[in-house]
Amino acid sequence: MAVVEAKNLSKIFGKNISQSIKLLDQGMPKEEILKKTGNTVGVNRASFSVEEGEIFVIMGLSGSGKSTLVRLINRLIEPSEGSILIDGKELATLDKKALRQVRREKLGMVFQQFALFPHRTILQNAAFGLEVQGVDKSEREKRAEESLRLVGLGDYMHQKPGQLSGGMQQRVGLARALANDPKVLLMDEAFSALDPLIRKEMQDELIDLQSSMKKTIIFITHDLDEALRLGDRIALMKDGAIVQIGTPEEILMNPANDYVEKFVEDVDRSKILTASHIMKRPETIDIEKHGPRAALERMRREGISSILVVDESRRLQGYVTADDASDARKKEVSDIKEILQTDILRVSPDTPMQEIFSMIYDTPVPIAVVEDSGRLNGIIVRGAVLAALANDGEVNLDA
Amino acid sequence: MLDFMDQIPLAEWTEKATDWIQDKFAFLFEPIKDHFGNFMDFISGDVLTSIPPILFILIVAVIAFFVSGKKFGLAVFSIVGLWFVYNQGLWDALMATVTLVILASLLSVIIGVPIGILMAKSKIANSIFTPILDFMQTMPAFVYLIPAVAFFGIGMVPGVFASLIFATPPTVRFTNLGIRQVSKDLIEASDSFGATGSQKLFKVELPMAKGTIMAGINQTVMLALSMVVIASMIGAPGLGSQVLSALQRASVGTGFVAGVGIVILAIIIDRITQNMNKAKE
Repeated sequence: MAVVEAKNLSKIFGKNISQSIKLLDQGMPKEEILKKTGNTVGVNRASFSVEEGEIFVIMGLSGSGKSTLVRLINRLIEPSEGSILIDGKELATLDKKALRQVRREKLGMVFQQFALFPHRTILQNAAFGLEVQGVDKSEREKRAEESLRLVGLGDYMHQKPGQLSGGMQQRVGLARALANDPKVLLMDEAFSALDPLIRKEMQDELIDLQSSMKKTIIFITHDLDEALRLGDRIALMKDGAIVQIGTPEEILMNPANDYVEKFVEDVDRSKILTASHIMKRPETIDIEKHGPRAALERMRREGISSILVVDESRRLQGYVTADDASDARKKEVSDIKEILQTDILRVSPDTPMQEIFSMIYDTPVPIAVVEDSGRLNGIIVRGAVLAALANDGEVNLDA
Repeated sequence: MLDFMDQIPLAEWTEKATDWIQDKFAFLFEPIKDHFGNFMDFISGDVLTSIPPILFILIVAVIAFFVSGKKFGLAVFSIVGLWFVYNQGLWDALMATVTLVILASLLSVIIGVPIGILMAKSKIANSIFTPILDFMQTMPAFVYLIPAVAFFGIGMVPGVFASLIFATPPTVRFTNLGIRQVSKDLIEASDSFGATGSQKLFKVELPMAKGTIMAGINQTVMLALSMVVIASMIGAPGLGSQVLSALQRASVGTGFVAGVGIVILAIIIDRITQNMNKAKE
């Protein structure tokens, strides 16, 4: 079930909004509405749904409306039109008190500039959400402490935020949001203010935490690499509208339009693609049925210098080279097992291409892509790796 | 050309309005005059003067020592300065002035901080109070003395009333400013966790604005002190009345001595309130 669902969500800044809404519904672009009415379109009819336990990344350049969109989700900014469902309940029409209740129970937020309270200790910061709920002191401090330990700040509880580095401050921000145990975590450019090394560290940690917490996370970023690293799905925004929603692979491989294509142009694909994306259908022979003669024949026909050998349920056994097969035929050896070589490199289907890249560099035979069960899925040849990096369309996404 | 109408009788209206207020609110003014007057006489005449001067000086010195971060400068200055006032036979006048300043400041803060909060929270309140504050601050302070006497007679009470009007604006303005200056991020953060308006005010906005509010209070105290001479014109006792009588007799010496007494008190109060602000940050 969708935990967060936005339907036709719009935000227009300015006066006399109803007219702008009408123009927006007629499909008038942002610039023209600005010219005609003087109103700025923040978010333009955004619709999406976020499933439980998913990291949903909303990404776009500055001014694309992503920060406005995330604030519409917890109504820090009032939507001009459209609806937001949290756990199936409409948020947009709630009164103040009910809204507070939803914010307290279901939504946690992490801010770009950390937004820690400088006059409070780290522990008091982390306990803030529980404090406003009226949880008593010993209980809330216990839970805040647990939350701080989770992000590795157990020893800093009595410091003030000003005494901590940026990375540590953002851990406090995360701990503060987690202390409430919210169902949905809204992270607004949470790592953007951190320097690159710390940012990567925090991303890893978030992935790590997520594997045990299974929160529903809506993560805002302007950094495509970050989006691709973290996102189960990514929504790409431009001029307040969502241009494309999809998995990182879909966004990379099937950009919905020129804008997205341009956006993903410079992505380091080797970090995103896995073995399954670039493998090819292998030529194989059956270890029981075929002999060296048949193997040699197949290699000659396909123009290859080695061939993989599988058993009857397609489990990889090894490979034979053309030279060995030719020798064997001369010596009239009929069992392929005598010339079978088993020193073949194996990778699993979800091995990142970056790793494969370094492997394939010094191996003469193709790399075999093998499932955990031992079943052969495909092979990777040097050419396919290069092709995927160049993105000339040779990549087989369906694999 | 400009004489198209007769003189607007603003002065007359004001007098009528004052008379009307005096008449209708006498039930309010009389008890204030009596009880508050008695209370102030009690503080300055009985409580403060019953404290032996040596003890009073030591208490001030100890406070000065601790708020200035355990440094001796201000404490030593307080001892020497207050001793000098005692030495000049102005101790009772000093106590009367301290009473006036403290009560006027206290009332200013009690009235000013909530108004400042209101102005920060409400655009309407902001646009109503801003011109009133301008008026209060720029109208010559002597003018307040006239209705003050009309309402409360002469003595300490109208002195406090006039000081109150003159000294409250900085507290209001700084409170307003301090709350408005709290970063939007922090407001969003507290909203996002579902804080109510009053939780936000007491847990985030006021603590964050504390430094600015304290600066405003410091200004208020100094303005209240600057009113003591003016208030003495309507019979408020204290160092100010010493200055005033010296002025009437053209005796430079006594006037200077009383003036120095006010300066000493001003420096001590200013440094203590300023340091209280710093110490808490």
